[in-house]
Amino acid sequence: MSALLRAEQISKAFGGVQALSDCTVEVERGSITGLIGPNGSGKTTLFNVITGYEHVDAGDVYADDRKITNARPERAFALGIGRTFQLTRIFPRLTVMENMLVASQHRGGGRWRSPLARAGGQADRRRAMELLEFTGIAGHATALADTLSYGQRKLLELSYVLVADPAIVLLDEPAGGVNPSLIQHIAARIRDLNARGTTFLIVEHNMDFVMGLCDRVTVLDYGTVVASGTPEIIRNNPRVLDAYLGTTEEDDEPAP
Amino acid sequence: MTPASMMKGPDSLARPGRLQAATAWRAGGALALLAAIAVFPLIFTNALVTTIAVDTLIFVAAAAAWNIFSGYSGYISLGHAVFFGCGAYTVGIGARDWQVNGTAVFALIPLAGLVAVAVAVPFGLVALRVRRHTFVVVTIAVFFIFQLMAFNFSFTGGTTGVAAPFLVWNPSTYNDPFYYLALAIGVATIGLSWLIRGSRFGLQLRAIRDDEDRARGLGVRTMRVKLAAFMISAFVTGLLGGLWFYFITQVLPQSGFDPAFDLSVALMAFLGGLGTVSGPVLGALVLVPAQQYLTEQFTNDYLSQIVLGTLFLGVILLLPRGVIPTGSEKITSWRARRTGQAAAGQDAAGQAAAVIGPDAAASGPAAAPPGEPGAAAGPAGKESAR
Repeated sequence: MSALLRAEQISKAFGGVQALSDCTVEVERGSITGLIGPNGSGKTTLFNVITGYEHVDAGDVYADDRKITNARPERAFALGIGRTFQLTRIFPRLTVMENMLVASQHRGGGRWRSPLARAGGQADRRRAMELLEFTGIAGHATALADTLSYGQRKLLELSYVLVADPAIVLLDEPAGGVNPSLIQHIAARIRDLNARGTTFLIVEHNMDFVMGLCDRVTVLDYGTVVASGTPEIIRNNPRVLDAYLGTTEEDDEPAP
Repeated sequence: MTPASMMKGPDSLARPGRLQAATAWRAGGALALLAAIAVFPLIFTNALVTTIAVDTLIFVAAAAAWNIFSGYSGYISLGHAVFFGCGAYTVGIGARDWQVNGTAVFALIPLAGLVAVAVAVPFGLVALRVRRHTFVVVTIAVFFIFQLMAFNFSFTGGTTGVAAPFLVWNPSTYNDPFYYLALAIGVATIGLSWLIRGSRFGLQLRAIRDDEDRARGLGVRTMRVKLAAFMISAFVTGLLGGLWFYFITQVLPQSGFDPAFDLSVALMAFLGGLGTVSGPVLGALVLVPAQQYLTEQFTNDYLSQIVLGTLFLGVILLLPRGVIPTGSEKITSWRARRTGQAAAGQDAAGQAAAVIGPDAAASGPAAAPPGEPGAAAGPAGKESAR
């Protein structure tokens, strides 16, 4: 198996609600994989399971063929899985630079660093600045993160996830609630990073964004995979249209 | 590298020149203050005054230590009297059972800190699993458990508590050793607090305060970080408990494990500014003498508490984030407004030069502020006129 990330036959229920049932999703190394599906189909739950925020009821998660089922979030991050949240989560009372440095503490592998050493050595700050320049918010480095606009927060969250050079980044609705030009900007950054070897798994409702960016798309409905393939295949798959548009049998019948 | 740069916010990357000057000013101010505090008991020898001074310094250190955990991590502990009481009882029981006398008693104080840490580990492992209000309630509950144990165990002396051995010191300078020891602990704690605030460890704590789950997702081992801060905070508080025991010469369950201590340190930090280095210090420096003064002024104890309560309400209404953060914000915005007005003034002058026109070109530079050529001021004036 060459999949970089594999969630195998995952089941997860919240009380009586089966959020995921027997759900298998694979992300090929070097790909940009899209994960789509109607609201409540289990996309974010799958993210939470992979990154250790939720425990599975059944099934396993593998990163690079290494079993990481129910690893804690800090462990998942250390294993090279970065993620962003649907409702952007940053540290509002830290500056943008400090936000970046929270993640950078784990670069440099096992080298021990004194906890009382000042936060952010020169190398860490330089790397953080490069990433902020890359995403386009370097001008706000000294501002409190609280003062950023919604779109800038999305960019900050993307930036600090990249600090630790993750092998795979899980993005939860990166284009949600941001203006079209920023969507283009974000898509370009993702393509850039992907060209440099970062793998992506993206949950998104904006179909143009997903279809234009992803190599492969997986469709979830009621917690199970209903289709998986290239964007062209997905676009013409009747089960996908069914899941999204909720076509009924009457609609399918020819008019009398 | 002095504790003075402590109230500096996160914007330390901006304007290095001006900042260095500001840092130098602060460093000078802090040194002058420290010198004044150091000679204080030599000038004011009245035992009543020095007693209040020792109390104040103990609370300065206690509030700073409380802030290292609660202020930075956002986990509000109302159970720090557990560490204070454990420290007091540790030295009390040690001195009683091992018959330690004279100045040798001070050797027991580090033990008080260590016992407080030993208590903090299981306490933290249980309490730090829950957040926010639940955490506050758990700390209060643990506090009462400890007070009850002090009342009921035989080795704590029950309701009669433990008395300190008699110290054979010159009564006129009796308070001085306590004063300087409390000062040393206080300065060390403030230094540590400053060091932590700018460190990786401090950044992790503040990240936990802002969004603990997000911090975990960025690799922060939150339990370890929180527990370490809790232990550091407990260590200092335990030391202070030990020192306080010798100072008061007695510990009772209700004075060692005192709910007023829990509330006081928290309120001092809130008053001065939660999560700042200098805020809790300022809070203690203002509140402890104020409390003592009010108690003496109004022999009716309730009246002094009403005055203090009103003060807190006022602070919470007017300065909800504490004196230091809100104050520095006000100063920053006032400075910005002042520079804004200066710029507007320059624009107005430029405009005047432009209105006068080419005939009066010679007077242009004179009309403009010094150092600003009339030619440059002209377009700027038109710009603002539009």
